[in-house]
Amino acid sequence: MQHGSNRLVRLGHVYLGIMLAFLYVPIFVMAAMSFNESNLYRLPITWSTRWYEALLHNDKLIDASINSLWVAVVTTVLATALGTASSLAFFRYEFRGKKLLQLLAFPPITIPWLIIGTAMLTFFFWIGMGRGLHAMVLGHVALAMPYVIIVVSARLKSFDLTLEEAARSLGASSWQVTMRITLPWIAPGVMAAALFAFAVSFDQFVISYFLSAPGVSTLPVEIYTSIRKGFTPEINAISTIVIGISMVLLLGVSRFYRFGGQR
Amino acid sequence: MAVAHPQATDTAASVTGRSRRTAILALTGPAYLWLALTIFLPLSAMLYYSFLSDVPIGDRTAVLTLENYAAFFEKEFYQTLMWRSFRLGFEVTFYCLVFGFPCAYVLAKTIRGRSREALFLLIILPFWSNALVRIFSWTMVLRGNGVLEHSLNWLIPEFGSLNLMFTYPAIILGLVHSYIPYMILTCYISIEAIDNGVIEAARSLGARRLSVLRRIIIPLAMPGIIAGSILIFVPVVGSFMEPRILGGRQGTFIGTIIEDQFTAVFNWPLGAALSFIMLALVLVVLAIMAPAIKRVT
Repeated sequence: MQHGSNRLVRLGHVYLGIMLAFLYVPIFVMAAMSFNESNLYRLPITWSTRWYEALLHNDKLIDASINSLWVAVVTTVLATALGTASSLAFFRYEFRGKKLLQLLAFPPITIPWLIIGTAMLTFFFWIGMGRGLHAMVLGHVALAMPYVIIVVSARLKSFDLTLEEAARSLGASSWQVTMRITLPWIAPGVMAAALFAFAVSFDQFVISYFLSAPGVSTLPVEIYTSIRKGFTPEINAISTIVIGISMVLLLGVSRFYRFGGQR
Repeated sequence: MAVAHPQATDTAASVTGRSRRTAILALTGPAYLWLALTIFLPLSAMLYYSFLSDVPIGDRTAVLTLENYAAFFEKEFYQTLMWRSFRLGFEVTFYCLVFGFPCAYVLAKTIRGRSREALFLLIILPFWSNALVRIFSWTMVLRGNGVLEHSLNWLIPEFGSLNLMFTYPAIILGLVHSYIPYMILTCYISIEAIDNGVIEAARSLGARRLSVLRRIIIPLAMPGIIAGSILIFVPVVGSFMEPRILGGRQGTFIGTIIEDQFTAVFNWPLGAALSFIMLALVLVVLAIMAPAIKRVT
């Protein structure tokens, strides 16, 4: 019995290894090709850093990256603030319509992005606001907020409400209670939520694609355009840099947010 | 204290009642105003557009009509593509489940401590890299004279040539790769919560491994399976970028048709109508699954 199960466990580990390899193949290929001299991705690889040098002079990609960063930072601040406030309300109070409100936060996850994106395009055009970075921020915040609510609410579950009551009975105002007791306790959750929001915005392609104005795009939109026009390995170079930064960011999240449940 | 001054607590209660309402409004108001402006109003606007004969911009005149919806039911072309999109959604969800579930199980039940946390991080890391970039990398792997062909020729001399680009399997592969972390994540969370004692008890009572899986693990992991399936199925049905890049001419789906209406053809009303038909069908699929969802929540 024990023997058979050991063999099964080992088989399981091998399977896990294969799956991990499958998940990482494109990322390694992406990174390796960014150092390939050939602009047609010809194999075998001739090592070179020319695409990284070319990147320095590619204003379009640099502008798009700056736009992406700007939109992501603004989105992170707004989505985290709005989402955390709502989670606090859901946690502290029981009220009529609470279930409904909680459900209403989720359409951004359960409706295909294609439909949300085109709907935003239609509506923003209709009210005369048009496309551009401001429109993207509006859209990205709506997309990121549900994730913030989920992550912050999860952290709030471990918070003891009697702490708030104790502070209040000692004469603290609601504002003081929130700023001095509640927020410090949920800070790791808020931090993790902010990083999620940043990732959602920085990677968002579909919504940005429909809301980008001519000449004003974000990195994913610019990459899509280049892929369709016939691309250059500069895309690989910038993607490799972005992936590197994303990984550092996620390692940052893991410090605040314990993945995978109980140890 | 409260017993000594009943009146005092009464007024306190009504004051907190009012401030409670203010607090709830102040905390949730901004978020839901935002959602109204960016999700609910746009969806309503698009619903209205789907009944228009033209885009009401400039001096174009638009009248209310059903012709956009009629177009879908009259032209077999649209119905075929809609069906193709849903089949794609089902197939990708199915493969993600078949390959992702065992992965989640191995991770949750056979690995402990810090190495589990590290592996878990490794699985969700690719998720944080740009989806477009990952799809684009597959083109370098799958194309003729690409990485896959080279590796196969290196493993098996005289393997010959292999070009998987612009085929249906390429689209499936790219989408499964993009979305499988969702399934691993949600299944992992629900499998991790299963008490090992239950599994051991069943085993010691003589249950076979397969019946433990079928009668204990899968039913208890159902919430994760369902959550993962929804998270995968919904976006895949509406996908257009992946089929375009990996599928080429094979990559025409209802998603790409809708994209064209908004970005190339400028027939927004038709795009809106097709979007709402898709949304309605997605909701029908979710409604069919609803009994299963209710049972587990």
